[in-house]
Amino acid sequence: MIELAEHIYLDNSATTAVALEVMAAMQPYFSVVYGNASSLHGFGRDARRAVENARAQIAETLGVQPEEIFFTSGATEANNLAIKGLAAANPEKRHVITTKIEHHAVLHPCAWLQTQGYDVTYLDVDAYGRVDPEAVRAAIRDDTLLVSVMAGNNEIGTIEPIARIGEICHERGVRFHTDAVQAYGKIPLPLEVIDLLSVSAHKLNGPKGVGFLYVRRGIKLTPLLHGGGHERGLRSGTENTPGIVGMAAAAQLAMSEQDEVVPRLREFRDRLIAEISKLPGTKLNGHPKESLPHITNFSFAGIEGESLVMRLDEHGIATSTGSACSSPNLEPSHVLQAIKVPLSMAHGSLRISTGRDTTAEQIATFLAVLPQVVADLRAISPFKVGE
Amino acid sequence: MYTEKVIEHFRHPHNQGKLPDYTAVGKVGNIVCGDVMWLYIKVEQDTSGREVIADISWETFGCTAAIATSSMVSDIAKGKTIEEAIAITNKDVADELGGLPPVKLHCSALAADALNEAIYNYLVAAGRDIPPALARRHAHIAAEMNTLEQRYAAFLETQEAAHGEGG
Repeated sequence: MIELAEHIYLDNSATTAVALEVMAAMQPYFSVVYGNASSLHGFGRDARRAVENARAQIAETLGVQPEEIFFTSGATEANNLAIKGLAAANPEKRHVITTKIEHHAVLHPCAWLQTQGYDVTYLDVDAYGRVDPEAVRAAIRDDTLLVSVMAGNNEIGTIEPIARIGEICHERGVRFHTDAVQAYGKIPLPLEVIDLLSVSAHKLNGPKGVGFLYVRRGIKLTPLLHGGGHERGLRSGTENTPGIVGMAAAAQLAMSEQDEVVPRLREFRDRLIAEISKLPGTKLNGHPKESLPHITNFSFAGIEGESLVMRLDEHGIATSTGSACSSPNLEPSHVLQAIKVPLSMAHGSLRISTGRDTTAEQIATFLAVLPQVVADLRAISPFKVGE
Repeated sequence: MYTEKVIEHFRHPHNQGKLPDYTAVGKVGNIVCGDVMWLYIKVEQDTSGREVIADISWETFGCTAAIATSSMVSDIAKGKTIEEAIAITNKDVADELGGLPPVKLHCSALAADALNEAIYNYLVAAGRDIPPALARRHAHIAAEMNTLEQRYAAFLETQEAAHGEGG
């Protein structure tokens, strides 16, 4: 067994460490500038200033107006607000188009709309997980309310052609939403054709429990949360000032570091693909190039993903799996099913997701440990590989 | 989520691999549901002429719980007489591991099923009478497998269309 001096975190698609500079930016807003941003007094005015400053900073990262940014508790809420809020505000339109590889925070609101009598079209993807923009065009009907296609997939990293899809939606007068949780800060986003966009802070070295929804000016949404009328009536609830400040700091950090971090993560990904592909019985899930820089997903024949994650954990390496063994229906992840990974391989999937703190040494250590762990598990499996 | 005992058996499993001189094998599970267990037994007569499981081993494709239950069932069954081994239940396996998360209980069932099937196959090959309880369980295991395969048949067809034999 290889002894490790440190733990290696390769699960940045699940969540990330809050960056030290982000924590420092948040610090004063817990017990110094702790006012309610709606209060009239100085404590409140200081908090309001911080919230509006954060809104302007985030808007700037997207090249949009501050009044088009609405703070939420995270991307799950942002996705729900986009989908259900748009539906409730436009009751005459009863059809939604999405894809089979969306995050559950998009799929489940869509499934809920179906229980309310809506039609939902779930588009297929190709073997790399890409949606065909022409399939979007073909699915649009007179009563189509919304098209929701993620910017980059959280399990396999595949980048979706959202610029083209957004154009088609605009040609046809259909609203276009994208879940940009994994893509924001990593790749350029075509805001000119996006009507609604969801982001979460904790995926980009910001705090958990805060996110935002970009809503193009002029789009009406019905709120999910009613109360004090915060966020111009769209999202009631006292502003999470430290979280919002932290998200803005994380967004600025991600944008300022992008030119340095993203090429590094791409190099790591290329190296992971090159090295893991050399092992017998492995398959890359997702596109070799048209991918987010930080997500790499492989399947390993003859072994099951959860065992692989647990064995790597023994070595201090944190990863994740789209394997099914923890789901009651025993099916592998909907994403791996949608790209038609054979079931024997889908059960042995491993997601490696890097971040700004990942080092070349950590990748080297992971690549040294992995073959040993794979060989150990294959040795006790009835399915022999590479013999 | 897992007990220390489960983790311990997962990290350092007992009796893994394939016995070179096994008398019978029980094969259960299906790759479509992510767990496959092959359990090998070597049956010998002890000094008092009783048939015992003198040696046992397994090969498992599955999660942490599947590997830990494989290890545990082999520990429990080793040295037992055939009659004693038949009486081993999935609850015995789960209990010995200090319990399993509810979603993983099927893994302990798989381990007990594999032992059941190995003994069944041994008795059939030896031309013995099959105890009714063992025969009932065998029929139940076969029926469950059938149901699973049917449930996944449609999905597998779409897979084969896309990938031929697959991985």
